Amino acid sequence: MGYVAIKGGGQAIEGSKDLFDFLRTRQGDDADPLDTDTIEHQLRLLHSRVISEGGVYHPRLASLAIKQAQGDTLEASFILRAYRSTQPRLLETPILNSESMRVTRRISAAFKDIPGGQSLGATTDYHLRLMRMDLLDESPEQFHSVTKGWFENTQTHDIPDTFPKVLEGLRDEGLLPPVDTGSRSRDAFDITREPLVFPVPRSAALATMARAEQGSLLAIAYSNMRGYGDVHPTVAELRVGYLPVMLPHPITGELTEVGEVEMTECEVVAMYEDHDDSYTGSEKVEAEKNRPTFTLGYGACFGHNEVKAISMAILDRALQAGMKNGPRNPSEDPEFVLLHVDGIDSMGFCTHYKMPHYVTFQSDMDRLRSTQHKHEYKEKIT
Amino acid sequence: MRVSYPFGFLDEYAKKEVRRSALKAVALPGYQVPYSSREMPMGRGFGTGGLQLTLSLIGKGETLKVIDQGSDDSVNAVNLRSFIEMTCEGINTTTNTDEADLIQSRHRIPEKSLRDDQLIVLQVPYPDPLVLVEPSEDKRKILHGEADYSRLLVKLYEDIVKFDEITISHRYPTRINDYYVIDPSPIPRWDVPKLHQSRALILFGAGREKKIYAVPPYTKAEPLAFEDVPFRVEDFTDASGNRRACNRCGCTTSFLDEFIDSKTGGKVYQCSDTDWCKGYVNSDETSNYASTKAMSQEMENG
Repeated sequence: MGYVAIKGGGQAIEGSKDLFDFLRTRQGDDADPLDTDTIEHQLRLLHSRVISEGGVYHPRLASLAIKQAQGDTLEASFILRAYRSTQPRLLETPILNSESMRVTRRISAAFKDIPGGQSLGATTDYHLRLMRMDLLDESPEQFHSVTKGWFENTQTHDIPDTFPKVLEGLRDEGLLPPVDTGSRSRDAFDITREPLVFPVPRSAALATMARAEQGSLLAIAYSNMRGYGDVHPTVAELRVGYLPVMLPHPITGELTEVGEVEMTECEVVAMYEDHDDSYTGSEKVEAEKNRPTFTLGYGACFGHNEVKAISMAILDRALQAGMKNGPRNPSEDPEFVLLHVDGIDSMGFCTHYKMPHYVTFQSDMDRLRSTQHKHEYKEKIT
Repeated sequence: MRVSYPFGFLDEYAKKEVRRSALKAVALPGYQVPYSSREMPMGRGFGTGGLQLTLSLIGKGETLKVIDQGSDDSVNAVNLRSFIEMTCEGINTTTNTDEADLIQSRHRIPEKSLRDDQLIVLQVPYPDPLVLVEPSEDKRKILHGEADYSRLLVKLYEDIVKFDEITISHRYPTRINDYYVIDPSPIPRWDVPKLHQSRALILFGAGREKKIYAVPPYTKAEPLAFEDVPFRVEDFTDASGNRRACNRCGCTTSFLDEFIDSKTGGKVYQCSDTDWCKGYVNSDETSNYASTKAMSQEMENG
């Protein structure tokens, strides 16, 4: 009589790890290992996605995570996120004004002309999605020739350092609700230090979405766009650029720039609905609430991830409505949205079904057999 | 560039939060204490909640046992154990239930009765038994607060009407200390009676769902049932009414895994708890089975 071998788990894991690494390196003798700078630059948008979902701005480790995960975005973000767990929270920045962003791209779908002008920047939006066969056998010379002399024909003196926000104009005209100054004095909810216990403040919702998995966020936002919701957004402004990070100087206490993070930010304006459907927080805002105004949705995340920022802005608007009047569809339900958009959570749980479930399945079989037995017995006596 | 990790992987604030949450869980038996739950370097769903408890509670010189499906050597148990060994210098590990100060387990409670100087951490995928009947966490919180489990009881009743059986096979809803009903993690019904008046502290960690809860030592734990339809554990009797025995050690009082013999094609049964199976042959010690049987009988008699 045989019995199940109970040894060998450890060996199997080691073997599997080695095999995974073998697949990474088997390209052959003329292959070079992928260096992390190459990932950061040539796979720029993959890198952006991982840094955003990983939730820690560490470009070098994000590249490493992509390399060791062999390009799997969920795995790479996960590696970065796990690294984050070992790091204490030392300081908090004050609220940073994104007007100080060093902008690389900035567009508005609401106005043809905006103060400071539209700046298309680097985007695939108007690319013809045709195969660029010339990249198949790109020579180093071709590759290097693009950057050589790039700045020679660029006029840099008339480019301003920063651009005003499109929304400011609308706000001045009274088309938008006034800024909720009350929320500025409240501490932002830190989702890495506190669990989400519903109802949660808007800052918790924004933080959760900022590191959410792009596909998940897009799917729920898309449901809202298609008809399971009615945000009907207009992109007032989408900007990509580098935001200076300010921290108090350890000796003088004076705010000092310690570095910058690449960010994508999107502000959508939505049609007004009921008078009091917009987000309100302070008493001053309460007083204004009878006046109809546009409503706002906000999205922002690390890196260059435009689909994510727009999806987030739409969902922010949808969630505000849901928090206020109760959800009318899944995208307005804070629990539904916020508990299902994290890639690390959802992929982990999905993956875990591959683990052994012998015991629970044994238990399932016991219940089914017992039920079948009773069923047969009943058939027999009737 | 090198990365070094602190003892127990997590930073000190994280461990402190987990310990405080565990204390609160002990003070409120069966109450799900929310905590922030850090990402661990293994998948959510692979025992990250249990792992955070273990890493926060274990200290140098203490001895750890890790099991999955009752086995010390299944891939996930091996993986968790080697990670804990790697990040907690100075701890010992064992496969022997008796020697362990702390046991982390998925889906089983050891057959051998635990002592009051031992602690068992169970990994939890779904911390809330009410999720069967109410998807919204917000609403479930209110139901727990009011100890309103009527919808769960209706679910059990409907099972009986439809199938003549309560169909919940594992994760059997269990009322703790006459108030909160818990999801005791995906342990089989076989292990549920071991929660009742357990000498060891039982902690439950749900990493993805960010909850910690506890069944403190010597606390009442009663599976939901009806006076005329008692709670029943898995049945291992064969067609002729005899209790099946473990193919390996001959034990007739343990939870058995069922599998197909690759040579004969016939069904074979074997102890799910591998340490119990190893020790059974030369031992005449009493097992948890005594309490399991006694409790089942007590409930059947009403």
